[in-house]
Amino acid sequence: MIAEIGLAALWLAAALAVLQLVSGAASLRAVPGEANPLAIYTRPAAVVQAFLAVLAFLLLLRAFAVTDLSLKLVATNSHSMKPFIYKLTGTWGNHEGSMLLWVGVLAASGGLLAAFEKRLPERTMSATLAVQGFVALGFYAFLLLSSNPFERLPVPAVEGNGLNPLLQDIGLAIHPPTLYAGYVGLSVAFSLAMGALMTSEVNPAFARVMRPWVLGAWVLLTLGITAGSYWAYYELGWGGWWFWDPVENASLMPWLAATALMHSVSVLAARDALRTWTIMLGVLAFSMSMLGTFLVRSGVLTSVHAFAVDPERGAFILGLLGLYIGGAFTIFALRAGAVAEGKRFAVTSREGALVFNNVMLSAILAIVLLGTLYPLLTEAFDVRVSVGPPYFNPAGAIFAIPMLLVMAVGPLLRWKSDKPTRIQFELLLIAALVIGVIALVSFFGQFPLLPLLGLGLAAALAVAAVLPLRGRKLVRVPLSTWGMVVAHFGIAVSLFGMACEGAFSQERLAAVSPGGTEQISDFAVTLEAVTPIAGPNWTAMEARLAVRQNGGEPVILTPQARSFWSPPQSTSESALLTKWNGQLYAVIGNQAEDGRWQIRIWWKPFVTFIWYGGLLIGLGGILAIAGRVRVDLKRRSATARGTQRRADVEALGAAAPQPAE
Amino acid sequence: MRKLTLWLPLALFAFFAGLAAYMLTQEKDQFVESTMIGQPLPEFALQPAFDGLPGASKADFTGKPKLLNIWASWCLPCIAEAPQLEALQKQGVEIIGIAIRDKPEDVAGFLAKYGNPYTRVGSDKISEVQLGIGSSGVPETFVIDAKGVIRYQHIGDVGADDVPVLLAELEKAQ
Repeated sequence: MIAEIGLAALWLAAALAVLQLVSGAASLRAVPGEANPLAIYTRPAAVVQAFLAVLAFLLLLRAFAVTDLSLKLVATNSHSMKPFIYKLTGTWGNHEGSMLLWVGVLAASGGLLAAFEKRLPERTMSATLAVQGFVALGFYAFLLLSSNPFERLPVPAVEGNGLNPLLQDIGLAIHPPTLYAGYVGLSVAFSLAMGALMTSEVNPAFARVMRPWVLGAWVLLTLGITAGSYWAYYELGWGGWWFWDPVENASLMPWLAATALMHSVSVLAARDALRTWTIMLGVLAFSMSMLGTFLVRSGVLTSVHAFAVDPERGAFILGLLGLYIGGAFTIFALRAGAVAEGKRFAVTSREGALVFNNVMLSAILAIVLLGTLYPLLTEAFDVRVSVGPPYFNPAGAIFAIPMLLVMAVGPLLRWKSDKPTRIQFELLLIAALVIGVIALVSFFGQFPLLPLLGLGLAAALAVAAVLPLRGRKLVRVPLSTWGMVVAHFGIAVSLFGMACEGAFSQERLAAVSPGGTEQISDFAVTLEAVTPIAGPNWTAMEARLAVRQNGGEPVILTPQARSFWSPPQSTSESALLTKWNGQLYAVIGNQAEDGRWQIRIWWKPFVTFIWYGGLLIGLGGILAIAGRVRVDLKRRSATARGTQRRADVEALGAAAPQPAE
Repeated sequence: MRKLTLWLPLALFAFFAGLAAYMLTQEKDQFVESTMIGQPLPEFALQPAFDGLPGASKADFTGKPKLLNIWASWCLPCIAEAPQLEALQKQGVEIIGIAIRDKPEDVAGFLAKYGNPYTRVGSDKISEVQLGIGSSGVPETFVIDAKGVIRYQHIGDVGADDVPVLLAELEKAQ
């Protein structure tokens, strides 16, 4: 019964999405000065639809919580013996459930937009909600017609199949929902961009409405990618933190587009420039999230992320992609010519720097997109290739390095036009830091070029990030400026971690008999014993490693080679020893025939800074949102007070006797 | 000029969509083939999975080509393939089962409910043999020739269309 209510809620939500689309579109055709009678339905339809879609998701969550084995989805993806938390996270650890989560978040943000956003002209708002309804409708159709999460089994199963053990991890509890919420935030930006484009309202007011959605989506994507990278690092047991896998790229591309969009929407809000470019990026950012969904779900590319793939579903998503993105680019081509050119600015100005970095970000995006899709292209000619770090790293760096340099300087420049001589001290400082650090590090040894450049840039960027605060009263600096400083500093921190990992990592692979000791950096690692142990739904061989740093007190690490039985699969559980200046990473492999165990150990100096940096970047975004929202609220209450006062004055004026002339 | 640039994103997108649509229509092999094909079975001797039938060992694969079926009572597709296994057995094929991570009472219950096509069922409590023959999931069915060499691997449940394929592979393994 519960499942049927969920299904009914989904159908009703789909019907409301039709109403939202039709009424929103109808109000676009209204005669000026006369409201279309249908227009009143648009906002309520969005709000109720949000309620229904979220309800459907909660009902599926309940089915997983109680392991309702009469549902096909639960039976194929869950298991009564699974720990409770993973029963819950299993809800979105599969295709249908994750698509339901997607539409749930999509509808919820549409509902929020409809309920609270009152700043835009009503026509633009209707157009936006119509687009939002149209997008939602496609996903409802997808769920209901090809991936119904509430499908019953003819006979309830005795026991479920279990969830892929790699996904039985707390990382899964946060990583996909965060990314999804980010993708969906970009869908709102997309709807707003299309709404503004169709009603010719591309102006700073529109940019201010769009900005919090872009910022929010960007923060969620940042945190989602950071969490995903850390998850891959400790769960896959390969010792790397980024593999240029198609699915990782699928999450990176929307982030790159969103980063560009976030900066360009700020220019539009502050300076009324970059109008067409902002619209273009709004469409692009959402295209990249849909493209990601397509690549992940269709299985056209081979990836370590073994999702249940299905060409038929792939075709459906491709159809949606064609409809939305093809449609959006068509409207863009037809209407963007009509968007008036924004304000002009000099090359050496803050806008100039932002445009430069926008172009660089887009170039990196193109590099990643090309590398990700290239195997698809060659496979059309029956050549199987794999594009990996040897392409992505140098090709990305060509654009990332100038971008990072401009990023260091950009925030120091003034809007509209500036002279480089005004900030010559800062410029010299940045240049000296880059060159000085590179020279210093090369003095100590031979390191690869990219990590070396990374170290120099990280040092310069860390200093440059806080330079905008120089000579200002810190308590009076707006929160959004703090956000920028923290986020840019986070980039430096992250870059420092990546460069250290690349330049100074040490690795040791050895066959060790119990009692044997291996030395890595200043750690002595002793294999004390290997014992079999059992968990709730797995068995494992667990190694006890005693780690002594410089002969100090031993710390015990216990990496495991786990075997799950539902479904049968083996995973490698790495064990980490975190120090302030890096991590020791240990993995246990197979037993050799002579009884020795394969042990793999890495010492990765400052590797944790990669994710600390990611968190700082996210924090910067949160500060920026808080700052913007505070200013908006202040402005709103000031406007309200102004209106009130005018009304009072008028009321008084009407009652009071007219002063004599 | 500006007019033309505005159409550029659409053109690029159309190219991608066309390519992706073409690739979706192409058949693609998603399965991990066992590298053990053509290799002899590893040595193993498994205890009976329940009281009704003897256990399974490498020595049982002699005399004629046989099927080795990796299954489990907790596996849903195994229920789906049960009728096809029965059909194969009726045509004189000898099927030796290996039950993965199973309990004797569950094995007995499953065979009583969905039919028993096996002559022997070994119990592989820790997926040892399963991993040893390069199987990555349940169910999988292997064709083993009279010398104990793995000749063919079928991944997933045996559907009605797969029965003639397996029969042909058994014929080839003669």
